[in-house]
Amino acid sequence: MDTQVLISYLPRYVSAFFLTVRIGLIGIALAFLIGIFSAFCIHFKVYILSQVFKGYVELFRNTPLLVQLFFIYFGLPKLGLSISAELCGILGLGLLGGSYMSEAIRSGLEAVSKSQTESASALGMNRGQTFFYVILPEAFTLSVPAIVANVIFLLKETSVFSAISLMDLMFTAKDLIGLYYNTTESLFLLVSFYIVMLLPISIIGSILEKKVRYKMFGAN
Amino acid sequence: MGFEVLLKGNNMLRLLLGVWTALRISLVSVLISIVLGILIGSIMTLKNPVIKVITRGYLEFIRIMPQMVLLFIVYFGATKALGLNLPAEAASIIVFSLWGTAEMADLVRGALTGIPKIQYESSAALGLTTTQTYTYVIIPQVIRRLIPLSINLITRMIKTTSLIMMIGIVEVLKVGQQIIEANRKSSPNAAFGVYATVFLLYFAVCRPISLLSKRLEKKWEN
Repeated sequence: MDTQVLISYLPRYVSAFFLTVRIGLIGIALAFLIGIFSAFCIHFKVYILSQVFKGYVELFRNTPLLVQLFFIYFGLPKLGLSISAELCGILGLGLLGGSYMSEAIRSGLEAVSKSQTESASALGMNRGQTFFYVILPEAFTLSVPAIVANVIFLLKETSVFSAISLMDLMFTAKDLIGLYYNTTESLFLLVSFYIVMLLPISIIGSILEKKVRYKMFGAN
Repeated sequence: MGFEVLLKGNNMLRLLLGVWTALRISLVSVLISIVLGILIGSIMTLKNPVIKVITRGYLEFIRIMPQMVLLFIVYFGATKALGLNLPAEAASIIVFSLWGTAEMADLVRGALTGIPKIQYESSAALGLTTTQTYTYVIIPQVIRRLIPLSINLITRMIKTTSLIMMIGIVEVLKVGQQIIEANRKSSPNAAFGVYATVFLLYFAVCRPISLLSKRLEKKWEN
């Protein structure tokens, strides 16, 4: 491996890294919003909306992101809906992530045992209080592991963006290999940057999970 | 809207053959993953620290790396580093098996360690030997937990194999691209119809499998 080459490539990787992180974070935030809204609609059986979101979750959970991006980026403009590559990436990640987050949050809401609702109403809480003070905190702790797994999954999925020519880490590596044929250096930097991006989240996630489990079941 | 292009010639058939290419690769990888995953997952429950460090390291690395990066490492990196000329299909099967094995091993480990200690103790109290405990008590429960999860792994594998077009394998998305290019003049809106069809084809393949996995999971819940 040539250190000179590594140093000369570094700036391009750094800017690609920040682009990847930026799109990833905005996409994940969007995924959260869609997921929470959709999970609530499904959980409370909101008229029509719950059916629409059920269909949406099934559709996006059962198709790959690459195909979704191709459809949004190359297919939709034919109907007059043209959007930039960056917006397409955010939208694709948000829609894919929204369906996964929705499932995570919904199963958390469903896992809260019925006796909790009954006890809350026995204590004289109204439905709003029951939901916000009892159900929601418990449901959230129950869905933390799934949410953490989804965040890591979504950040990994950003690697697909190179297919719609966003200058992310994957695209940079592919580009540099094509230009200068320094395969080893390019791949080494690619792997290092993904480790820098994902290892901290993976570690924080497992600490968070342990804390949540401790709160729910006590030690071990 | 561009759907008519699929009725021309044997375009639809080509698209379906593209789906089959992706399915074939994912099924081979899933089979390898399940066999190796059960093996490595069982090894992971051993209390040997060396084995623990090695398997954990393998698992964490594979789980952190996007599958696309792994694909590039094997397809471009290994070719250069080891000087061997790997066909794209072999490279993708290697990568997806590596990834699937890691996922499966973790599921197997989880299923094995998830069996409460009471089960072993009760079996011993009933006078069962170790072999009997495993064949009549532990393994049936582990299999029940594992089957829905392995079926779920199949859908994840199929979705992941959509990446193989990036290393030049002609699968459904690539065929779609070719059809669009070839009919650029005659039907300029082909991109919408073709990609919508690919979208629905993936859905049609994955949805029944994930439905089956959900059903079984519910059925065997204790």
